[in-house]
Amino acid sequence: MIAPGDGWIREEQHGIAGKSTHLNGYPTIEKYMQPFRGVDYLLVDSLFNEEELLVRQTARQFVEDRLMPVIRDCYRDARFPSELIPEMARLGFLGANLEGYGCAGMSNVEYGLIMQELERGDSGLRSFVSVQGALVMYPIYAYGSEQQKQHWLPRLQSGEAIGCFGLTEPGFGSNPAGMKTTARRVGECWVLNGEKTWITNGTASQVAVVWARTDDGIRGFLVEKGTPGYTTSDIHGKWSMRASVTSSLAFADCKIPSANMLPGAKGLKGPLSCLSQARYGIGWGVIGAAMDCYETARQYSIIRKQFDDKPIASHQLVQEKLAWMITEITKAQLLAVHAGRLKDQRKIEPAHISMLKRNNVAIALECARLSRDLLGANGITDEFPIMRHLCNLETVKTYEGTDHIHALVIGERVTGVAAYK
Amino acid sequence: MKIVVCIKQVPSRDSVLRVNAAGTWIQDADLTYEINEPDAYALEEGLQLKEKQGGEVVALCAGPAGAAQTIREALAKGADRALHIEEENLGAYDPLALARLMAAALTAEKPDLVLTGLQSDDLGYGQTGVILAQLLGVPHATIIMQVEKQEGGIRVKRELEDGWFQHVEMPLPALLTIQSGINKLRYATLMGIKKAKTKEVKRLTAAELGVAPEATIRFARIYLPEKSKHTQILEGAPKEAAAKLVEKLKFEARVL
Ligand SMILES: Cc1cc2nc3c(=O)[nH]c(=O)nc-3n(C[C@H](O)[C@H](O)[C@H](O)COP(=O)(O)OP(=O)(O)OC[C@H]3O[C@@H](n4cnc5c(N)ncnc54)[C@H](O)[C@@H]3O)c2cc1C
Repeated sequence: MIAPGDGWIREEQHGIAGKSTHLNGYPTIEKYMQPFRGVDYLLVDSLFNEEELLVRQTARQFVEDRLMPVIRDCYRDARFPSELIPEMARLGFLGANLEGYGCAGMSNVEYGLIMQELERGDSGLRSFVSVQGALVMYPIYAYGSEQQKQHWLPRLQSGEAIGCFGLTEPGFGSNPAGMKTTARRVGECWVLNGEKTWITNGTASQVAVVWARTDDGIRGFLVEKGTPGYTTSDIHGKWSMRASVTSSLAFADCKIPSANMLPGAKGLKGPLSCLSQARYGIGWGVIGAAMDCYETARQYSIIRKQFDDKPIASHQLVQEKLAWMITEITKAQLLAVHAGRLKDQRKIEPAHISMLKRNNVAIALECARLSRDLLGANGITDEFPIMRHLCNLETVKTYEGTDHIHALVIGERVTGVAAYK
Repeated sequence: MKIVVCIKQVPSRDSVLRVNAAGTWIQDADLTYEINEPDAYALEEGLQLKEKQGGEVVALCAGPAGAAQTIREALAKGADRALHIEEENLGAYDPLALARLMAAALTAEKPDLVLTGLQSDDLGYGQTGVILAQLLGVPHATIIMQVEKQEGGIRVKRELEDGWFQHVEMPLPALLTIQSGINKLRYATLMGIKKAKTKEVKRLTAAELGVAPEATIRFARIYLPEKSKHTQILEGAPKEAAAKLVEKLKFEARVL
């Protein structure tokens, strides 16, 4: 015991304020599972520079501290954790690879690492950031008038405004060229009619980037929430992307000022170039989901004992699955880094991105399935993140061009023969 | 207020730790590195003081070229510039020699306040900060939980033991060794990371500073804990077990 001296006081609570604890969101198994530390079998980290590693560290820590404690409940309650938006904005995650207008000006590799870490948490959070940055801010940045950029980009970057991207329609998913939504020029206005569906962030958005058919081909329009004739409703009953808002948008003689058309985008090239941005991010994002599944299964296989008190990791069939996963994850990482460097050198082509998106989503989905298997019955509960990732990845396989459609893009590229129709 | 924060790069807590073949250190190839935990809190305290009082935060790091990553992190979080004493072989410096290096690097700086971590997560001497204060000729206080600027100096809260704290008023310039967990660490924002590329990192070497490596203490050996005890469980009814225990204490341990 020490005796009180000059200036000594005793406090009831010896509290250490705000010490960053690694809550992993799964209290019942917390004592067994380590917090996520990344997956790097082949010294892939040596391909990243100081800034890239710092960017990843910020995103990883943010997801660990802020998303992991709430994601399970969000998924159960089908709720997007919108309370995270202001901090993601402040950290620079929104429109991170754009320059100016308050954007962080990250390289494409840095941007990719952010997507990876966000999707390690949940595909819904990554989808939110993908849509806001690649599908809303990017078209305004690339095709908008200076006035549109000045008005929207700082608001979208700071999270003050949320945006959505309306391309898919009830009758046209893989084939957006068939879209029925129209925009008619009437005096100083455009009048929109039609319906968009499966739109991420739809009901949560202050502005929608809507693609519609005009006499002049397909054009993009900025439609603000509250415009008469524009209504939105949410799609319920999803078993996938439950922590993400998915909506339908309806336009009934919806009149918008002519200044709300994106002047630089004409034809299907416009929306497709946005999709290239987003697909690139998905190619990175799903590595995060795959890593989380693999790492959970790897740790579990060492802890879980069956038959003579031996860890299940001691069985060859189990090791084969882990070996397959880590090999495919490593290949996916290398594909993503290479695609990122090509994109930074402005050498990447849409057919390259198709390979990145298709391959990485497919292996992530397979990793989720194998990991689920290795966890046995525990694998089907939401005590572990695997089933959530597995369900989410079913969406990721479909949106932004299905697995089939990207196979057709690659097939056309290597044969010169288009096989879409 | 000009604040210098001393930061050290240490092996990450989740690194695989394998002793090298010579038994002199852990195998470098396996390691990932991070900022020493109490230093991260010292940096945060420095940044918060600067935000309230104005002035400048300078990060000071002695370490190999690879420590640039940790320096970059401090700059990304908001330090204005950095001093990097670049030495590959800091193992040849004990806390006194290291503090001499750091004091030499700070002679031109004349800081109002120097913050260090309480101790390092790897070697854990807890000495570098207090020796540095002595060499700089400034008063110091250790295990600091709270820092407040006041007229003519600062008022700090020290952590003692058993739930006791001590409040100390001290003049500036001064040196404080900071306890972990006293504030909420910020993330480096992406804008901060980008801006850090343009901030000044001044590189210094021991030769330029005129401090020779000198170690009054030396590592003899580094090794993983060796199992030296084993536990025996005495089975049976409490009465029998107690009798067995007494017998063992008498004849094996010979303490009764
Ligand atoms: C959660 C979620 C969020 C979404 N967010 C958005 C959004 O924000 N904005 C937006 O515009 N859209 C969004 N989508 C829609 C998504 O892009 C479409 O679902 C996708 O393009 C596929 O269209 P579809 O569902 O109509 O399927 P279909 O096109 O009907 O395809 C069904 C099946 O047929 C196959 N198929 C179709 N054509 C061919 C062919 N020629 N050759 C071989 N196979 C073919 C497909 O590969 C698939 O297997 C979202 C979807 C989901 C599930």
